[in-house]
Formats: sequence, C-alpha cells, structure tokens
Amino acid sequence: MSGLRDLYQELILDHGKSPRNHRPMDGCTHQANGFNPVCGDKVNLYLSCEDGRVTDASFEGNGCAISTASASMLTQMVKGKSVEDIFELRRMVGAMLTSSPGEHDQEEIEKLGKLAAFSGVCEFPGRVKCATLAWHTLDAALKDDEETISTE
Amino acid sequence: MSEIDDKERPLDVERLRGDFPILSQEVNGKPLVYLDNAATTQKPTAVIDSICDYYREYNSNIHRGVHTLSQRATDAYERARVRTMDFLGAGRPEEIIFVRGATEGINLVSQAYLRPRIEPGDEIVISTLEHHSNIVPWQLLREQAGAVLKVAPVDDNGAIDIQAYKDLLGERTKFVSLVHVSNALGTINPIREMVAMAREKEIPVLVDGAQAAAHGRVDIDKLGCDFYTISGHKMYGPTGIGALYGKAQLLEEMPPYHGGGEMILSVTFDKTEYNRLPYKFEAGTPDIAGAIGLGAALEYIEEAGIESIEAHEKNLLDYATAAVSSIDGVEIIGRAPAKAGILSFIIDGVHPHDAGTILDQQGVAVRAGHHCAQPVLERLGVQATVRASFALYNTREEIDLLAQGITKAVEVFA
Repeated sequence: MSGLRDLYQELILDHGKSPRNHRPMDGCTHQANGFNPVCGDKVNLYLSCEDGRVTDASFEGNGCAISTASASMLTQMVKGKSVEDIFELRRMVGAMLTSSPGEHDQEEIEKLGKLAAFSGVCEFPGRVKCATLAWHTLDAALKDDEETISTE
Repeated sequence: MSEIDDKERPLDVERLRGDFPILSQEVNGKPLVYLDNAATTQKPTAVIDSICDYYREYNSNIHRGVHTLSQRATDAYERARVRTMDFLGAGRPEEIIFVRGATEGINLVSQAYLRPRIEPGDEIVISTLEHHSNIVPWQLLREQAGAVLKVAPVDDNGAIDIQAYKDLLGERTKFVSLVHVSNALGTINPIREMVAMAREKEIPVLVDGAQAAAHGRVDIDKLGCDFYTISGHKMYGPTGIGALYGKAQLLEEMPPYHGGGEMILSVTFDKTEYNRLPYKFEAGTPDIAGAIGLGAALEYIEEAGIESIEAHEKNLLDYATAAVSSIDGVEIIGRAPAKAGILSFIIDGVHPHDAGTILDQQGVAVRAGHHCAQPVLERLGVQATVRASFALYNTREEIDLLAQGITKAVEVFA
C-alpha cells in the first residue's frame, strides 16, 4: 500500500476534506471554469489581480480528493505571487505531475513547497488529470480565456 | 430475461475461470478481481483461439474468392451469423447485420431507417435510463430533421415509470428506442411489455441489448421488437464487432447505411444495384475475425448455459447488495425490483474516483464515474458512482474482497 500513501498524503486528504478558499468571489479580475468530462470534476477559479500580482484566489466546484486538494492548494500558493512567478510555478507543477516516476527534478520539487505532496500522482496515470485540472484552469483565467477548459 | 427453468444447472465457476487466462494474474501485488464486466468482459481461450486460428490458418477475404481459404473464411463468417441468429432467437440469418457494436447498430437505424421517414415535429421516445449511445444518435436526428425527443421517466429506485412511458406514445411518435438493461444501475426494463405497448400503436421499436444479451435469454421472436442490437465485447467476444437484428421487411425498405464494396450487385457510373440482405448493410471488408470470435463467444455462453449464468449472477448481485450496503456510509444507487448483475453505489466522504483507485491498489477492478449515462445519475441526484458489475466467472470470495476494499477506502478517508 505504499503507493496509496504516496498518492493520498495527509496534506492531500486534509485539503480534499476541508478545501481552503472554497468560495465564490465578487469583483474578481480573472475567472475561468475547468471541467473534466470523463469524471465530471469541476473547478471554477476566481482571481483578483493588482499590478501584475494575485491578491486573492478562490474556487468553487466538486470532484475527487485529488482535484479538490489541487485546487485548494493552488489558491493558497498563488496568493501574493506575481503572474510571472505563477506561470513558472505552473510549469514546475506540470513537470512534476507528468514526469515518469523516478525522473523527478528534485531541486524543482523542493521549490514547490507543499505542492510536492502531489509528487506521487505521476505513478497513477489515470489520476494525473485530476491534479492538473485546476492548473489548466489557472492558465485560462490568467489568459482571460472564456471557454470552459476541458481536460480532454 | 427468461424465467428460471429446468435448463438451469449450477455453473462450475472454478472450471470456467480456468477458461479465462487473464484472470489468473496479479494486479498491484494482489490477485485480480475483475468486476468491470459492464464495461467489457474478459475473453475465454475458445474466443482467443478462434481469432488466432482464423489468422494462422484460413485468413482470406469473404464472399468473392474462388479459392479454398476464402470459402473457409466465408463459411466461418456465415456460421457466426447463424449462431447469432439462434442465440437471439431471430428467424432468418439475413436479419442479422454485423456492425461494430451496439453504438453502430443504433446509428444505423437512426440514419437508414428513421431519418428518411421523419418529419419536423415527429417524436422519438427513449427513457431516462439510456446510455449516451441511445441518446446522442437521436439528438443528431433532432438537429438533422427537427425530430422531438421524449424521455420516459424513472422513479427514485431507477425503475421505469411504465404508465408515464405509455402516455408518451402518441400520434406523433414515430419511433421508440429503449435500453433492455441499464448499464449504470442494472435495472432490467419490463421490455416485453414496453415493446408491446408501442407495437399496439404500430410504432417501431429498437432495443439496446448491450448489457442484456450475455446475462439472460433474449428471445426476439417473443419480444416482438423491430430492431435489437448487441456488442460482442460485452459478451466474452472481441471488441469492434456486434450485431443488429432488424425485421427483414424493414431492412428491405431501408437505403444502405454505408456505400462501398460488398454491398452492391453491380456498379456503373449511372446506376448501382444494391446487394441483398444482409450484405446491403455490410459495406467493405467486414471484421471477419471479429465475427468469428463473436460466434465462438456465443457458443461458449450457450455451453455454459445462459439460464445458469443468469441465476449465478443474480445470486452474486443479492450477495453483493447485502455485503456492500452493510458497510457504514455506503448507499446503493438504483434499487429497481428487477436488476441484472450491476451494483452502483456511493460512499459517504469518498469520491468514486478515489474509491476506484484504492480498490485498484487491492487488485479490484471497478468502474468509477458517470458510466456514459449522465442523465440517469443526475435524475437520482448523483454525479458519479462506483460500479461493480458481474460476469459468469465472478465468485462470492471476490465480492468479499470488494467489500474489504470499500472498508479500506472508508478508513483512508475517515
């Protein structure tokens, strides 16, 4: 069961059960909706940006523990960061989630802080999209893409 | 589904399991418990061998070669058609069209039978229980021809509201298309009664038998439907092959679905004469190996005894329903009085996908999601379920492992 513990780390279980910043946002400057048609997971993401910096982030939606925890931690991690830094963070998260098991860039993973809790997801190919949904939605929100983002 | 009768004898499940080489492996360090049979069933050696034998020994194109191998291939392909006819209780081989699966069967009927006949405002009746494959082809027709889609409702248990269905059958109803067994909930529709209600008003009926035909006797002659369609891979056969039964008279009246070789008698640039049934609907070189594999699968089912399979799976369903619903926090979704071997459920605090992953880590293969039947899940107030679905080779011990896996999932998320 070591694989399961890698996937469902305490942090993920905690955020999955009690997501942070799980609320709609009035007056947000950026918003995007993400959807995984295969499983029905939804992430509606809200961002408030000021001078190229995210000042507040929140989400609504429902899904499995992985997708909920991913969205929850994303909202915590982007708050206070510049859009430029967020795109770099997003690149590193993407690399971690989609690299082959055992081929992680450890230096980058250390930079990811608590998002490193998702490093076990890449061993479950069927679940990678659960974790990436919120990050694809983030892309769309920052690029003001109005179409619902689909994982497919 | 037939009444249990004297044909029923207990299955020798241990012996039958030996016919399925895939079942003897370990997955994630645990013996495989395969409970995703509504998605696709595993294949017995007899089916695998029938396909290999064709490619190793008599691979040839059919219906046109004068050489020996071509004749052998043609004979085997046509034997598979006759076996399919017998299996479904149809009367004439030319009423059996080989298609890629139930999805293609439904699309063929919607485009070649109904589309030329339908006028704007005409109604097509389906039910809330349908798989997407029996919804979307009719929505296409709605876009193409202005047809109106009417949906017969289900009750909170996922059983069809038969009176509401009857009330939908009106003067403008041009076609009825109904699932025999729901893939998401396992509900067995009272299909004979439903077909009879439509036939009484001379409305043609298609029955989607994808989840039914491997789990109980389908007797088309008694059922009285106009079309019936099956998917080989859900009946221990290969993927990419299925069959559509159609009444000869209707098939004769229909234009071809696809144009090409095989479906013609003669072609000039001015005029093409179509081939006779069933070849009119089998354009191009068909899936010869697939049809032969399907024939072998149906033979396998008949040898095991479809009535025995039905009784075995009913027994498993009852056992699983009791075992799974006794776990705290688990709710069964779909409690119709008549159900096939499909158990859909949700676990309080555990998303179906997380449950699916945890079960997989214990070697238990189930489906998690909306099962390509979003409307019926929405009707019952859920977005996704975990689904365990049974086949002739499943055992009570495997259901115990399913129950242990669910308990484990509850612990992880407690």
